[in-house]
Amino acid sequence: MIELGGINKVYGTSEASSTVLKDVNLKIKEGEFVAIMGPSGSGKSTLLNILGTLDVPSSGKYTFLDTDVTSLTKDQRSLFRRYLLGFIFQGFNLLKKTTAIDNVEMPLIYLGVKAKERRERAYEALKSVGLENRAEYEPSKLSGGQQQRVAIARAIVTNPKVLIADEPTGNLDTSRSHEIMQILQEFNKNGITIIMVTHEEEIASYASRVLHVRDGILEKEVHNAH
Amino acid sequence: MLINAFLQALREIRRNLMRSLLTAMGIVIGIASVIAMVNIGKGASLSITNSISKLGSNILFLTPGQQHGPGGQSAVAIPFKTKDVDLLRESITALEAISAVESSTMTALYGDQNYQTSIKGIENDYFKIQEFSFHEGRDFTNNELRSGLNSCVLGKTVVDKLFIKGEDPIGKKLRLQKFSCEVVGVLNPKGANTFGMDQDDVILVPLKMFLRRISGNDNVHLIMVKVKENIPLEEATVQISQLIHERRHLKADEEDNFSVRNMSALLDTISQITGMLTIMLGAVAAISLIVGGIGIMNIMLVSVTERTREIGIRMAIGAMPQDILIQFLIEAIVLSGLGGIVGVIFGISITMVVSHFMHFTLIIDPTITIISLLFSMLIGIVFGIIPARKASNMNPIDALRYE
Repeated sequence: MIELGGINKVYGTSEASSTVLKDVNLKIKEGEFVAIMGPSGSGKSTLLNILGTLDVPSSGKYTFLDTDVTSLTKDQRSLFRRYLLGFIFQGFNLLKKTTAIDNVEMPLIYLGVKAKERRERAYEALKSVGLENRAEYEPSKLSGGQQQRVAIARAIVTNPKVLIADEPTGNLDTSRSHEIMQILQEFNKNGITIIMVTHEEEIASYASRVLHVRDGILEKEVHNAH
Repeated sequence: MLINAFLQALREIRRNLMRSLLTAMGIVIGIASVIAMVNIGKGASLSITNSISKLGSNILFLTPGQQHGPGGQSAVAIPFKTKDVDLLRESITALEAISAVESSTMTALYGDQNYQTSIKGIENDYFKIQEFSFHEGRDFTNNELRSGLNSCVLGKTVVDKLFIKGEDPIGKKLRLQKFSCEVVGVLNPKGANTFGMDQDDVILVPLKMFLRRISGNDNVHLIMVKVKENIPLEEATVQISQLIHERRHLKADEEDNFSVRNMSALLDTISQITGMLTIMLGAVAAISLIVGGIGIMNIMLVSVTERTREIGIRMAIGAMPQDILIQFLIEAIVLSGLGGIVGVIFGISITMVVSHFMHFTLIIDPTITIISLLFSMLIGIVFGIIPARKASNMNPIDALRYE
């Protein structure tokens, strides 16, 4: 489904440049659960951002279901994210002073879903992460684990093809982390492709395939049997 | 999308209620002043026009000197003489009534009451010109006029101030500084005129008496003339002007050193002055609108910075730059539009209060109301575009990392 060919990412001007990604080649099949690991500064986040179209490569080709993503305009990339991707962040990134269900509804607003259907779908999404009884709570009234579950609900409410997760357990304790990973694994089993960045082996073990990045190069690949 | 942006904007305004209210205040003040200014101005000029046409548009005022624009008086202002008035009365057939009017302010005494009022020396035609009618008593006799006897006619206000309720003023003697006069008549009340002056606050005496006892010469500074119904005002004006021009031995091409004006000329002068005032006040209102707009821009810039992360989240979720632009633009428009609505309500309230106390006709012009509302929204667009563009130009990665 996803194919990266010769992806390079260079920051800065030609005189003082730093290469973050060097000739990355990668194929991800539909339904895979991919973890990207590596020390900080290895380029794993940049790789995830490129896959999530929040960033663009300096050179190389990114194909998604026969679409050349690198040739898309800024607006087209927005639409690409809107229809095909869901995002989960380390810091949850929920809107403050906005109820859980309103947060989950937000992507549906951009999809142009009618208010009533939006409410129903958001409620279903919250239910799928076990938070239907917290729908009217604002993020500040929820624990970290609950906030991340709301964020997951927001990411999957649009039925995306791919979930992009940037250190989804980075701000959580061990038991909450496992809770979140089990939820993600569940969604993966139901067919959503997940690409996740983490630096914890234990978290990466939930993925079916672990990519190790070092100094901008894809070093090795490990397949986990589940 | 637009409805959601609107709802979102309302939510944001509610979230920072105090800040939003203060920000919108600039627009409220600006719009309220525009609305009040225009409506009161229109009401006032309608009231003036009405009362002038009620007074009779066929009245001419002769005054010494020439007026050059509002407030400007020529240096040479030679007063008229009583003989001028007599000549006009005899020579010009177009006149229905003519009276010289000399006035001064004096304290009138009766018993232990004293009251400062306006004294006017007049001729009997004055009652006709001003459409005064008598509550009791009579106007002046020929004898009183010719020999300047000490008799006087009182307005209702003067009667109320000097006499005990129920006391009949007719035949009583008032003291006016160095001389006294006998009351021969009391006028029916007319109330305040267009300029808010009480027309019943007056003591009328024969012109001759005024000239002899008060001014000590036969100078006349105002002649009021009522032109016959079927004669055009312009024709009478020309006849009068020519007569005085010749009588003053002015050359044919020389400028008149007196003026003959009618109420509509007076109205022109008034509307010139009020027009100038309206423009000045309008400019002040416009400045306050600009200041209000800058306030909105300032707060929107703060808001964009505060919500950088939110912008990043929205972009990651799939908002296009234009969605972000519209969201912030609508927020600015809603903010200024709400200010506009409140401003209209304030402006109309001010108009109602002022019109009530100043006795103006109450006019609420729907056009200016709609224009003001649209204008307030335009301010939102103009001053909201910079913050909105700043928001929409953000890079999602940087915005998401913003602390």
